[in-house]
Amino acid sequence: MSRRTRGIVFGAGALGLAALLLWGFGGLPSFGDFQGRYGELLAKSAVPERHATETVAVTTFDYRGFDTLGEEFILFAAAVGVLVLLRIQRGADEIPAEAGKRRPTAHSPALRSVAIAFAGPALVLGLYVVAHGHLTPGGGFQGGVILMTAFLLVYLAGAHLREGGIRPIVAMEVAEATGAAGFTLIGVGGMLLAGAFLENFIGLGTVGSLLSGGDIPLLNVTVGVEVMGALLVVLGELLDQRMLTRGGDS
Amino acid sequence: MTAVQAVALVVVAFLGTVVTLARDPARQALCSSVFGMSLAILFFVFQAPDVALSQIVVGAVALPAMILLALSRISRREEARKRGR
Repeated sequence: MSRRTRGIVFGAGALGLAALLLWGFGGLPSFGDFQGRYGELLAKSAVPERHATETVAVTTFDYRGFDTLGEEFILFAAAVGVLVLLRIQRGADEIPAEAGKRRPTAHSPALRSVAIAFAGPALVLGLYVVAHGHLTPGGGFQGGVILMTAFLLVYLAGAHLREGGIRPIVAMEVAEATGAAGFTLIGVGGMLLAGAFLENFIGLGTVGSLLSGGDIPLLNVTVGVEVMGALLVVLGELLDQRMLTRGGDS
Repeated sequence: MTAVQAVALVVVAFLGTVVTLARDPARQALCSSVFGMSLAILFFVFQAPDVALSQIVVGAVALPAMILLALSRISRREEARKRGR
């Protein structure tokens, strides 16, 4: 196809798309005009029914908690899939030791100091976001990713993550599995103690306190642990596991 | 619509164009990180702090980090293969 014909085809397509978009935008409700009845219903019923002030968390972990269970396992399956692919690939063409020995961490002392200085605050922020998921915007997912960045910063600073003979990559695999299992077990707990899967079976507590909202904070913690574990095992594999096992060899 | 919201929309449109125009993948990953941050600000000024937080952690941190790691891994393998020849 010549350049000219391509231009004509693109021009016709772009004009058609623009016309369709303009037509579609013409039929939209005016700016800020909210029509969703469920939104208003949820905003009214979340605090009296569940004693949690974060309507989004109440919706995702309670009113449609089963959906979130599915999302949790999508992440779990995706992480396991990536892990398997990366390990097969590594087995297929072995990276020479010489290339593998190269330190991926920064040699710049300034970068290392900044990374190590941010690791602690990132850890605390992550824990805070997970723990307050039922009170303020945030929750297990966001907090889990922040926790992952805390460990990534430690790696960037070149510090070792080896503690007492436990290989942290194994610990992260366990964290991922525990998080996914914990969510399911809390759901089963609701089935046994309250009559339905993921039904709340813990005291609701005082509105606004850290221990309120029934099992929503617990579910947030399990999601946080799972997200952190899933991302770290994938990152660890991408970094050839040196992030987590560089014991004495470098 | 307030002025802040209008500015946020324009910035997102601008940075989105920048991401598509960057040709080098590594540079594109960094641009997409900045774009992700601007998108988070957009969500925030439209009063969706929850989505904004998710956007920051995924769009501005996790996704560019994954892309950069994958790129460095690919280039490392290419290097190793060249040396092996």
